[in-house]
Amino acid sequence: MAVADTGVTEVGTRPLIKVEGLEKRFPVASHWFRRSHSSVHAVDGISFELARGESFGLVGESGCGKTTTGRLLVRLAEPTGGHVLFDDGEGAATDITTLRGEELKSFRRKAQMIFQDPYESLNPRRTIFDTVAEPLKVQDACPPLERLDRVSRMLEMVGLSPPATYLFRYPHELSGGQRQRVAIARALIIEPIFVVADEPTSMLDVSIRTGVMNLMESLAERLGISYLYITHDLAVARYMCSRIAVMYLGKIVEMGDTEAVLQHPKHPYTQALLSAVPIPDPTATRAPVQITGGVATPLDPPPRCRFYSRCPIADDFCRDNPHPPLETKGDGQRVACYNA
Amino acid sequence: MSNQSTSAPVLRVEDLGMYYGTRSGDVKAVDGVSFAVGRGESVGLVGESGCGKSSIAMTLLKLLPENGRIVGGKILLDGTDLAPLSEDQMRTHRWNRIAMVFQAAMNSFNPVYTVGDQIIEALEVHIETSPDVSMERVRELFELVSLDPGFIGRYPHEYSGGMKQRAGIAMALACEPDLLIADEPTTALDVIVQDRILKELRDVQQALNMSLIYISHDMAVIAEVSHTVGVMYAGRIVEWGETVDIFRNPMHPYTQTLMSAFPSVTGPKHELAMLGGEPPNLLNPPSGCRFHPRCPYATDVCKSAEPPRVEGSDTHWAACWHPLEA
Repeated sequence: MAVADTGVTEVGTRPLIKVEGLEKRFPVASHWFRRSHSSVHAVDGISFELARGESFGLVGESGCGKTTTGRLLVRLAEPTGGHVLFDDGEGAATDITTLRGEELKSFRRKAQMIFQDPYESLNPRRTIFDTVAEPLKVQDACPPLERLDRVSRMLEMVGLSPPATYLFRYPHELSGGQRQRVAIARALIIEPIFVVADEPTSMLDVSIRTGVMNLMESLAERLGISYLYITHDLAVARYMCSRIAVMYLGKIVEMGDTEAVLQHPKHPYTQALLSAVPIPDPTATRAPVQITGGVATPLDPPPRCRFYSRCPIADDFCRDNPHPPLETKGDGQRVACYNA
Repeated sequence: MSNQSTSAPVLRVEDLGMYYGTRSGDVKAVDGVSFAVGRGESVGLVGESGCGKSSIAMTLLKLLPENGRIVGGKILLDGTDLAPLSEDQMRTHRWNRIAMVFQAAMNSFNPVYTVGDQIIEALEVHIETSPDVSMERVRELFELVSLDPGFIGRYPHEYSGGMKQRAGIAMALACEPDLLIADEPTTALDVIVQDRILKELRDVQQALNMSLIYISHDMAVIAEVSHTVGVMYAGRIVEWGETVDIFRNPMHPYTQTLMSAFPSVTGPKHELAMLGGEPPNLLNPPSGCRFHPRCPYATDVCKSAEPPRVEGSDTHWAACWHPLEA
């Protein structure tokens, strides 16, 4: 029943990842000794699919739950509800939320994560070789004698060349861009098919950033990797992702082809987010941002639409009804809004 | 665009140099920088990390760490040179006439005092006022930056990121400075909050006819707040001009790359430019033009000799041997 092996050719057949009603709540105690009765709804029942070879973007402001979602998808956090079906093409799809022990370990071989801050994510006391070879060691993925060769090839692939000049250096000897390349090498060395990239370029300078973005794109093509690309920067998402989902307070409010969502946003939050992005052109004028106030608290949110308190087009119906479901609107994107 | 910028400048910086002494030698963070800021003018300094833009801000305010020292040049604030002043003498200028908003506003407040008390303290150190007058002034300042005056008696941890940044701006405006330096004040904020802070900063600047130096790595933000832009690379200003000219006709190859490396959410999707190599080490900057190792147009002369200042117009220049057609 499995169709061939993984690869870009299978795009559009079965999804690599199917997220169903994924939920993560963090209990919050009102007092040190008291049991918790309320919780932060970090990810609040979201569903989406990620096709093979696709780069899917999660965008939103800080605190919207995009990073938590990413961590749930590689099981760095335990969900409190919902399912994540992972279909590597070798048999039936597995629900990764229930994996334990060896099964979890073999899942980690296929799913990796790249973190935002290359100054924090690399151990300062380990050489580049030790850092990049670590996953090979943990997964016992290649004989010890071949590790050096494998790491060298990987470094070459991420543009750290010649590898010999980097292998035995320490992170503090490298620039931010080089460190992020090391972090990418570490994530990709065991040949994962799914990578969660959490703001991989937001700490990098513009002149360096393009290089890292291009690198991630070409590696995805060469190695058949699918990305969940997390970013707060809509412009970066436009360049890296074929489809995006906009998150607000733990919910997906709009999802669809990147160009459709960015050029013809339907949800009032997406519209506000887009009109707030400064334009690198001194003669351009932006539409005024329509929403007011700050992001509401994710602590036990009322059952109505999460965006209600800030929404410029909310009405009584929005107040009295549950959070709207995602429905197809406009240029084929799906929008969670009663009035869009 | 403001036309006040044609009057005598509030600030004139001449051939300023500031080095950080380290065990391996001097880091030439600011090297031979000259520029002027007119009254009511808004100047943007743009560049990547380590280009010296924040070091310039710290030098202008003379808030240097122990190993930082001014090695030459003048900082003329309305004709008074700040460069040779002692810390005591500097205190009468700092905050009264030249103030700053920091990037990490969240860390620039003391967590154990209320925000109101801290602004009052700043007022009382610099201007002799009575407590009642100070309180009234704080209320005015809060309204100026759209903060709820009910938060005057609250502690910094009760403020959100955007509110802290507003309070930072209120504090900087307390003594009505002639010149405000804002060092990446919105970098840590979400776009919707950033949008509002930028708007308020622009409104306040115009209302008080204050001069502003806005420091950022983000070309798009600079395009929105500045009349004039200075592009920095490796401790130097490599291009200077009115914002429209810089964006329409960049003369320096670095400016051009910086501009086309910025992805845009609107308009056609263009190919993003990239630069090879890494920014230079300022312990030992490249000879000649500091950009030459990464420049696609570099020739032998760029490696050996300092580039000349080429003028594209009265207000637009670039330091380059092979400037792009203006």
